[in-house]
Amino acid sequence: MEKLLKLLKNNARLSNAELAVMLGKSEADVAADIEKLEKEGIITGYTAIVDEAVYDPNSVTALIELKVTPQSQSGYDDIAKAIAAYEQVESVRLMSGAYDILVSVTGTNIREVSRFVAENLAAIDAVQSTATHFLLRSYKVNGISVTANEKDERGLMFP
Amino acid sequence: MIDYNKVLSPAIMGMKPSGIRKFFDIAQQLEGVISLGVGEPDFKTPYVVRREAINVLEKGRTSYTANAGLAELREEIAKYFHKRIGVDYDPKDEIIVTVGGSEGIDLCLRSVVTQGDEVLIVQPSFVCYSPIVTLCGGVPVPIETKAENEFRLTAAELRGKITDRTKLLVLPFPNNPTGAIMRKEDLEAIAEVLRDTNILVLSDEIYSELTYSGKHVSIASLPDMRERTIVINGFSKAYAMTGWRLGIAAAPRELISQMLKLHQYAIMSSPTVSQFAAITALRQCDDDIVKMRDEYDMRRRYLVDAFNKLGLDCFTPQGAFYVFPCIRSTGLSSSDFCEKLVYSKKVAVVPGNAFGDCGEGFVRVSYAYSLSHLREAIKRIGEFLEELKNGTVQ
Repeated sequence: MEKLLKLLKNNARLSNAELAVMLGKSEADVAADIEKLEKEGIITGYTAIVDEAVYDPNSVTALIELKVTPQSQSGYDDIAKAIAAYEQVESVRLMSGAYDILVSVTGTNIREVSRFVAENLAAIDAVQSTATHFLLRSYKVNGISVTANEKDERGLMFP
Repeated sequence: MIDYNKVLSPAIMGMKPSGIRKFFDIAQQLEGVISLGVGEPDFKTPYVVRREAINVLEKGRTSYTANAGLAELREEIAKYFHKRIGVDYDPKDEIIVTVGGSEGIDLCLRSVVTQGDEVLIVQPSFVCYSPIVTLCGGVPVPIETKAENEFRLTAAELRGKITDRTKLLVLPFPNNPTGAIMRKEDLEAIAEVLRDTNILVLSDEIYSELTYSGKHVSIASLPDMRERTIVINGFSKAYAMTGWRLGIAAAPRELISQMLKLHQYAIMSSPTVSQFAAITALRQCDDDIVKMRDEYDMRRRYLVDAFNKLGLDCFTPQGAFYVFPCIRSTGLSSSDFCEKLVYSKKVAVVPGNAFGDCGEGFVRVSYAYSLSHLREAIKRIGEFLEELKNGTVQ
């Protein structure tokens, strides 16, 4: 399973036939393994890794730290879910440490993201404070290096 | 004007340059070539090893070491051999830390081969054995392994080449370029032939950690074989440390003491920073070896399947990081195949005959490349074969 997951994390578009060859298993076994991983909620989806900076050079991503007053019944859950419901929000995570919730947001420009933080996040009653960090450059995303193709410094041929 | 033809050694001038030179030159001048031609890992040296080298430099530990190498490193190497191949070498006087496996091969051949000695060289194989044997005045005698035997050396093939002038057998497994390995039973048969002779074995085990089914077995571990075997290994392939230039030669002290004289005069001692880093590699990087091997293994399975599907017969190699598909079905020679492929599809592979005449009809394909790189190369080779069939190769 570990090897299968590793292959899929690197390239989820490999066909079951290709995976089967590489893992030395039958195609049916691979299909069953994948189904099991999906059923158990280990694989929760398949997605394209988009370099937003190439797709839209003006777009910005921000990580926003929120200090939140937990609610009497639901703790952080209801607030986190409310934040997660916004379309521009890419991830919402409850954290240990100096703040409580970490939100990542992508917008078409800095002003749009700033307005979202001020009007939608900071305005929530339970939110005590926010700290917004704009992302400057990504080097590795989801375990995959995304810096411009590192050059293969090896010679073309060597015995 | 000086006449260089008169000053240079005829023996050196007569030495043929490596057979892949021509393709290297062609590939070099074309734009956008994707290569499957290298013989070194695509992985970086494990970070802890690089870190240790930086520490050593910061501390300024940059002097020579003992000729044979750092005592601490030789002790780790002795433990490594004990653990991995079950053979004990005394770190004091049975191990030399060399400048790559290549230096170990050179030391061994120059220490034992004299005028008229015959050296049996299993082929296809790495390119350095014959030229050095010739330089020593010896006679290289190829033993050609065959695809139908999965490129293993058989006792019959060996017996057929032994004469009373045979000095040494070069046994390079896991094999570059075929990826063949020798299982224990294959080695037993070879040992049986050699046991009552005075023939030595140069066992080049540089790819030993890249064995995909079962454990690597060294001929030195078989009864009566340690005394006649020089084991060559190193850090390049196992730990992705090619550029550190660090290898290992291990043998009985009677042999090592002679080899050490050559090493002492030619090299003095192997790179100090590399030696310190290698201690870390041996102590901490077993997991890295496994990770890299697993990754190679998946690529190996992918390529074998892909070549067979393309109609190029390819046996399943059990070692190193090469596959060796047969290209005879195309009607082309190895050289023509490689040349046409690199010109029309910009994919560089190495003609099999660069590794001995019996490699004709095959090409060597390295899988020390990422899977996405291999997939692109296979796509292009598929197009190439299709165009060959239709007679539309550019």
